[in-house]
Amino acid sequence: MNPFVIAGVIGIAFGWTLERAGLGSAPKLAGQFYFTDLTVFKVMFSAIVTAMLGAFWLSRIGILDLSQVYIPETFLLPQLAGGLLFGVGFVVAGLCPGTSCVAAATGRGDGAMVMLGMFAGVLATGLAFAPLRNLYESTARGALTLPELLRVPAGIVVCAIVAMALIAFQFAERLEKRA
Amino acid sequence: MSTPRRYADPYLAGVCLGLVLLAAFVFAGRGLGASGAFASSAAGIVAAASPARAAANPYFARYLGGDGPWREWLLFEIAGVIVGGFLSALFAGRLRAAVERGPNISGRSRLAYAFGGGSVMGIGAVLARGCTSGLALTGGALLSAGAWLFMIAAFAGAYVFAPFVKRAWR
Repeated sequence: MNPFVIAGVIGIAFGWTLERAGLGSAPKLAGQFYFTDLTVFKVMFSAIVTAMLGAFWLSRIGILDLSQVYIPETFLLPQLAGGLLFGVGFVVAGLCPGTSCVAAATGRGDGAMVMLGMFAGVLATGLAFAPLRNLYESTARGALTLPELLRVPAGIVVCAIVAMALIAFQFAERLEKRA
Repeated sequence: MSTPRRYADPYLAGVCLGLVLLAAFVFAGRGLGASGAFASSAAGIVAAASPARAAANPYFARYLGGDGPWREWLLFEIAGVIVGGFLSALFAGRLRAAVERGPNISGRSRLAYAFGGGSVMGIGAVLARGCTSGLALTGGALLSAGAWLFMIAAFAGAYVFAPFVKRAWR
């Protein structure tokens, strides 16, 4: 099938799910960072756990060939620095790039402004790329995975992440009750 | 319009989102994303304004290969996100023209925060090679070490900075 049709269909399901969860609303997302509404964390980690378990088992039974799936590459310093900056921008904007598209699509002007800001930030950084290039390409580790980094079987890492998520969900519920 | 419906249970929505991500792995051989669509369209606009400048720029140049910046997978996916978000809100009675903000901030300030925060996210996403969707969510499920580093750093950055912008939300 045409890859762009697949992209469109997957995108529709992605946008639909984000909106259903309430992630098109900036004050709801921002609640994550004041411990009043942990929807961001709950949605994100149940999604990671689901897709992780699915990919793990589908590859075990031979339905999914993980060597054919693009694994985001690791660049330690730029991802540490970029992550910190991204987080600062996230709490100021109240939306991340994907959720800003949902907010804008449902009529929210703040969502459209986050999209515009995001575009301006990417454009400006791209135009001023020369001095950043050293940092950008530094500490490259290729398609490094946690099992490779920790030298333990993938199944152990998968189990540990599921256990951590389940414990963290309990904490999240308690924090919300207190808020 | 009737009153908006309640949001879905976050765990149920998360499981659905995980299945969407899994479907992307199986049917597209890749995960979800968002910031890449912004990067690709920025590359396309720079290339339209000045083809020589875009080709000489190592960041934009790689979006110009293949079928070009306007035939990037993530652009079609993000177009889908906009349609899907719109349809979901339509059926739930949540379509509303508004500027959403905290109780103690003006609409104009909120829009300035939105633009500023968006710009800073843009810088971070370029450096990190992805955002919450393409790196944290996708890479997280694929156990990418860099994705987990990014995720931890992003949450840390947001929590550390949150007290400074409390006025915007509380």
